[in-house]
Amino acid sequence: MSEVKRKYVIPGELIVEGKYRPDANVIQRDDKFYSTRIGMAEYGYESIRVIPLSGPYIPRIDDLVIGTVINSSAFGWDVNISSIFSAYLPAASVYGRDYNPGQESLSDMLRIGDLIVAQIAAFDRTRDPLISINGQGLGKIPNGDIVKISTTKVPRLIGKKGAMIKTIEAGTGCRLTIGQNGVIVIVGPRDGINRSLGAIKLVEEDAHMADLTQKVQNLLSSNNDGEELNSKNNGEENGKSNK
Amino acid sequence: MGNLINKGIRADGRKIDELRPYKLEVGILKNADGSAYIELGKNKIIAAVYGPKEVHPKHMVQPDKCVLRCRYHMSAFSTDTRKNPAPSRREIEISKVIREALEPAVLVEEYPRTAIDVYLEVLESDGGSRCAGITVGALALADAGINMLDLVSGCAAGKIDDTMVLDLSDNEDKEGEGDMPIAMMPVLNQITLMQIDGNITQEEFNKGIELATIGCNAMYEAQRKALMDKYFKKDDLNKEQKD
Repeated sequence: MSEVKRKYVIPGELIVEGKYRPDANVIQRDDKFYSTRIGMAEYGYESIRVIPLSGPYIPRIDDLVIGTVINSSAFGWDVNISSIFSAYLPAASVYGRDYNPGQESLSDMLRIGDLIVAQIAAFDRTRDPLISINGQGLGKIPNGDIVKISTTKVPRLIGKKGAMIKTIEAGTGCRLTIGQNGVIVIVGPRDGINRSLGAIKLVEEDAHMADLTQKVQNLLSSNNDGEELNSKNNGEENGKSNK
Repeated sequence: MGNLINKGIRADGRKIDELRPYKLEVGILKNADGSAYIELGKNKIIAAVYGPKEVHPKHMVQPDKCVLRCRYHMSAFSTDTRKNPAPSRREIEISKVIREALEPAVLVEEYPRTAIDVYLEVLESDGGSRCAGITVGALALADAGINMLDLVSGCAAGKIDDTMVLDLSDNEDKEGEGDMPIAMMPVLNQITLMQIDGNITQEEFNKGIELATIGCNAMYEAQRKALMDKYFKKDDLNKEQKD
């Protein structure tokens, strides 16, 4: 159909009238579509949605999240995933078999305060989300720096097919693990971490602007004072994250 | 009596359908999930929204929707003589009516088993603070990224010197014959709060609604502008700098 049109909207604002399929953050009254969030409305290709600019993280199945173990109960751990709900990590999924509390102690695997990269295994809003740390790149985080950004800006930080994250990783020599809940772990040399932080801050502040990848590239290369960076920028993509 | 309006001009120099000067700002508190600030005449109110989050105490949990909680509080220094900071009968009532005025706008089914807290702190008080509280509370909810049907804007009408006027000041409220706070969802054109005290005839009531609608629409435009300034203005600024 026609091309996608965009518009800034606030809650309750009329986006457009016509025949569309309402997607996220949109309500329909008769043939009119209204936004329910502050954000960028996109319509075209028959569907209509609002990309929010603020708001809480709501878990979705298969999301990668980074959280802190806050409690251990008889058969698992409670994990703070910076969401509306805290997540539950069952011991059986960590051990990969039936877990017997009589023989093993949960604290051998994870302690309170440990940081983990996990995946949302199940969530339907009627119960707290279940998470799992089975899989490549999941599990306990041994070291690194942590930074939090708004969850609505995570897609921008990852970029199209990971373009942004690759740019930052290539420009700083660090490895970034980005949780959909807005928590980021950076591992790498000290000054690389500092420059990654600067880049992340830029992305968070200017998330809704065009040419962001280019801007980040400029920032990283200017910080570097022209050392070895610009030439290698596009070639290397070793430190691929688990996205 | 009889000296509140002189030849169509009120004691503070306003016309009968004129609002006091107002100012709205969004996102003033870093630690809150959403926040806003309003000045309306001498009213100065900060709104902070926390949530959606887990409900405490647990027995308040609603399995199918979120609970919206609201606290309207006047600071000890907000009045001429010191106000006892303990919640008074009046504050408890206002907290309740503000909650009931905001609730129809919030899509409570989107956040089951959670709570959203709205805190309204009155730093300086004048007439019509409940309406200003609703206006600023709705703004803070929108800033928190909570799904809403519409914003809520509040404005009072009242009767002084046998004339219906818009937006009573503290003195007009005390000396006048009647007060009529109204809050509405401007796009939906639905009233969510209506209180009346004093003797008001059917005719005066109709005039009051008419005036309050004008006031609410003016407040809505201010809310809209405040949100646009916070979320989208940077875009324009940067564009200007580039040119």
